[in-house]
Amino acid sequence: MGSVPARTKSHEPVALHAHAMDNLRFIRETMERAGSFTAVPGVGGMLMGISALGAALLAARQTKLERWLAVWLAEAIFAVLIGVVAAARKGRAVKAPLLSGPARKFALGLAPSIFVAALLTGVLYRAGLYAVIPGIWLLLYGTGILSAGAFSVPVVPVMGVCFVALGAIAVFCPLEWSHWFLATGFGGLHLVFGARIAARYGG
Amino acid sequence: MEAEQMAKQNALRQERRSPAQSIAEVAPAKLDRLIHERLRLGILSALAANESLTFIELKKLLKTTDGNLSVHARKLEDAHYITCTKSFEGRLPKTEYRLTAAGRRALERYLDHMEALIQAMRER
Repeated sequence: MGSVPARTKSHEPVALHAHAMDNLRFIRETMERAGSFTAVPGVGGMLMGISALGAALLAARQTKLERWLAVWLAEAIFAVLIGVVAAARKGRAVKAPLLSGPARKFALGLAPSIFVAALLTGVLYRAGLYAVIPGIWLLLYGTGILSAGAFSVPVVPVMGVCFVALGAIAVFCPLEWSHWFLATGFGGLHLVFGARIAARYGG
Repeated sequence: MEAEQMAKQNALRQERRSPAQSIAEVAPAKLDRLIHERLRLGILSALAANESLTFIELKKLLKTTDGNLSVHARKLEDAHYITCTKSFEGRLPKTEYRLTAAGRRALERYLDHMEALIQAMRER
């Protein structure tokens, strides 16, 4: 038996190194896929629902359209803050940072719809098409949740579908009914699905 | 005197070892064989990202069979790396797994080990 060729000796650690890299990749990918079970904060969704119900009550009392719009825009900003804080808290609990795979994918999936909704709000307001604004909000938020939810647990895209369905009805209804649609959507749907996510997927 | 010379030679031999050789020698010694198996590594990784996962969720996530998952989960349970709770959801039986503190530590040690291997390779 001759000695083992030098090349074989130097090749072995490369394989080990590659194997270690492969293992780390596997761990990260598994955690990311499994993380989709946790990225969306259920408790955060419930809090967003409660704040939306409060906003609906407050908005219903407004006599001027600008004030009504201001209440809902403030609520939108507040809801985003709740969502970010809740997602960060949930991520910390499972040692997954906010910008980790699942959370980042969810945010990237949702962001375009939110941006378009903000843009269209301005356009529709300037055009005087106030009655369609609530329906457009529900439709676009639902679309965002639906696409972002593709990377998450099945209950998330289902919530998106409910928002889209509600928006599709709201967009053809008079502005006077908007409080009910917005309260049902941003309040009710968030509460129901948030509770479901919190109970089923931990927090 | 002879002993001293041998010690010197050993030390010299140790120095002459390439990092590659060190990696190859150190790697198996520390490696947690229980976690090194792919499916068991997958179970621990998935549970590290979740408070708990059911048998069905793990099966879907890791794309494996009932039998395979049961066997490997049992091994991790025996090592106290995970805990298993059996209950009923309505009429359906539900098996839920959680990562223990020992399991999390074992996974962290394994990650450190893999990172050390890669680091040693980079320093070559």
